[in-house]
Amino acid sequence: MSQKHNYLEQLENEAIYILRETAAQFEKPALLFSGGKDSIVLVHLALKAFRPGKFPFPLVHIDTGHNFPEAIEFRDYLANQIGEKLIVASVEDSIKKYNLKETAGRFPSRNALQTYALLDAIEENEFDACIGGARRDEEKARAKERIFSVRDDFGQWDPKLQRPELWDILNGKVKKGHNVRVFPISNWTELDVWNYIQKHNIELPNLYFAHERECIVHQDKLVATSKLIQPLENDKVVVEKVRYRTVGDMTCTAAVPSEAATIQDIIEDIIQTRVSERGQTRLDDQLSEAAMEDRKKQGYF
Amino acid sequence: MNTLRFITAGNVDDGKSTLIGRLLYDSDSIHTDQLGVLKKQTKQEGVDIDLSLITDGLRAEREQGITIDVAYKYFSTKKRKFIIADAPGHEQYTRNMITGASNSDLIIILVDARKGITEQTKRHASIGSLMGIKKAIIAINKIDLLNYSETIFNQIKADFETIKSELNFNEIHYIPVSALVGDNIVTKSENTAWYEGKALLETLESIELETTEDLASRFQVQWVIRPKDEANHDYRGYAGLVLSGSYKVGDTAIILPANIATKIVKIEKNLESIQVAKAGDNVVLHFENNIDISRGDTVVLYHQLPIESTQINSWVSWLDNTPLQLGKTYLLQHRFKNVRVKIQEVNQKWNINDWEFTNETEIKLNDIAQISLRTNQPLFYDAFDKNPKSGNAILIDETSNNTVGALMFL
Repeated sequence: MSQKHNYLEQLENEAIYILRETAAQFEKPALLFSGGKDSIVLVHLALKAFRPGKFPFPLVHIDTGHNFPEAIEFRDYLANQIGEKLIVASVEDSIKKYNLKETAGRFPSRNALQTYALLDAIEENEFDACIGGARRDEEKARAKERIFSVRDDFGQWDPKLQRPELWDILNGKVKKGHNVRVFPISNWTELDVWNYIQKHNIELPNLYFAHERECIVHQDKLVATSKLIQPLENDKVVVEKVRYRTVGDMTCTAAVPSEAATIQDIIEDIIQTRVSERGQTRLDDQLSEAAMEDRKKQGYF
Repeated sequence: MNTLRFITAGNVDDGKSTLIGRLLYDSDSIHTDQLGVLKKQTKQEGVDIDLSLITDGLRAEREQGITIDVAYKYFSTKKRKFIIADAPGHEQYTRNMITGASNSDLIIILVDARKGITEQTKRHASIGSLMGIKKAIIAINKIDLLNYSETIFNQIKADFETIKSELNFNEIHYIPVSALVGDNIVTKSENTAWYEGKALLETLESIELETTEDLASRFQVQWVIRPKDEANHDYRGYAGLVLSGSYKVGDTAIILPANIATKIVKIEKNLESIQVAKAGDNVVLHFENNIDISRGDTVVLYHQLPIESTQINSWVSWLDNTPLQLGKTYLLQHRFKNVRVKIQEVNQKWNINDWEFTNETEIKLNDIAQISLRTNQPLFYDAFDKNPKSGNAILIDETSNNTVGALMFL
């Protein structure tokens, strides 16, 4: 039941409650940290949930090897600043170890390959719960996700394995080998996240703010040039003022043209924009109508 | 701005998906890329967008013909943020509706104006009421197909009024709507000039939220914060959620089950000291004496003691494919406290379609009954209708780890 709090305070209360419940119910939880805004907000919420104590879990980053250097730099800076343990699991290593085939195409996504590194990290460290920053408003497969989402030993999301979640009483009991993905900011929307960042003055990587960048115009999207994405002869290359609305792989995350220099500018941008966050910036969600649903079943976040 | 969570109840034919689609579409909550997909999918001649597709489910659901519980949808207006629990209304998915209802402040019950109050209306109303929802909107839909008849609206309203005494709603609104055309959804319709109430959206925006702030003070310890480092050597904080009432610095608290009185010397919220903690706040309490307190312990005020018992009568809504088994040990999770229980007796089964009690003792998936439980250690609780935050629990099957029952204590 909702109380009379302001909605941001309500969301914050719910998230802190879920984080503490995760700490209490699981032996070895982990917080999946990507360096993106949602996981930065999670870290901020964890500070509120557990300080002056230490976090009862490490931060775990699944490094695809295609991350923006700015995001990696920020990840290390934040982990160091708060003095919490950071574990980095490398997708490069999994690719070598399992001889994985990279996705073909001009703007390859390592999204599907991330799952291997994630599942290895879960097994090696015996994590029984992984906290993630996914939100139900992102995508329709996520709209049906639980707060405590049960996964089998292959990390698979079986829609039929999902338990009813009554009130705010969370059942974290799982068989050995199974684990739970925990989503404390399930009920937040993109705008809620930005309003929260503004209210609490949370520091972000500068990728999120308008900056000049050389980009290839691919269909109607702007993909930054980098050592991974070099322009081809017929490419239209532009230097534009852009910002990132989501931070994924450099190879498949599009920038959006923007003049937004402050969080307030970004909030106004989002209110004006009528395109969803994933629709605008993720080249890999558009392959099929059920792209996310399929990845989740294979063990994705 | 605060948040209202509501559930919509109705069958596909009642226009539930269209209603949700209409609310999202007319409040500008659908992104343009999602609209593009919807336009592509809309196959009906002469129709631009089939609104019911907005709530369309997963491929797994379409392929296997199963419904994966509740989908959550979000929208907001200048006045309020809304979370819709979109749950299937069909009887075989009662479990899913129970889940959606448990997290809702309000229920919209869709009634097809051509059919009036049916068995299904009663089922949806009773599920909402049983799960503790206090506010209901009876949306009398498809009124356009009956020439916006005031007589029919009044008849359906009168019919519902005769059954409402058996429900625990404290506020009911009746609204004539057409989800398809948009009458009285976002703005008031000229087609129903006789209707004096507000449009659906305005009703949703203005309904006063229930609060547990005025109830007896209830707090359970969720997590103990003891850093044990140099700087915080003596720090011993008890984190948890204020379920109801309030606590202030200086209050004498009773710690249960130890039954020890101690003074609250400090309250922290978001790492800052505060004087008063209210229902809904996540706080850290500090006590005067060093007492051994662990997760699941209850903190109350001396003049507001809860029920203490090992023998509990309760409503149960059964959620699992395996039927309830008398004499078997289950785990009862009373928020942060787990105890073992045996169900001793099924006192009576309740038929949610006709609201009759029977002596049947076999309780299967989707059944609702009153049962007697025995716990292996005392539980500190309130009756669910007195306190919806401390009067509920879930039952877990220890062999499958599934949540098999929802309990509302009597």
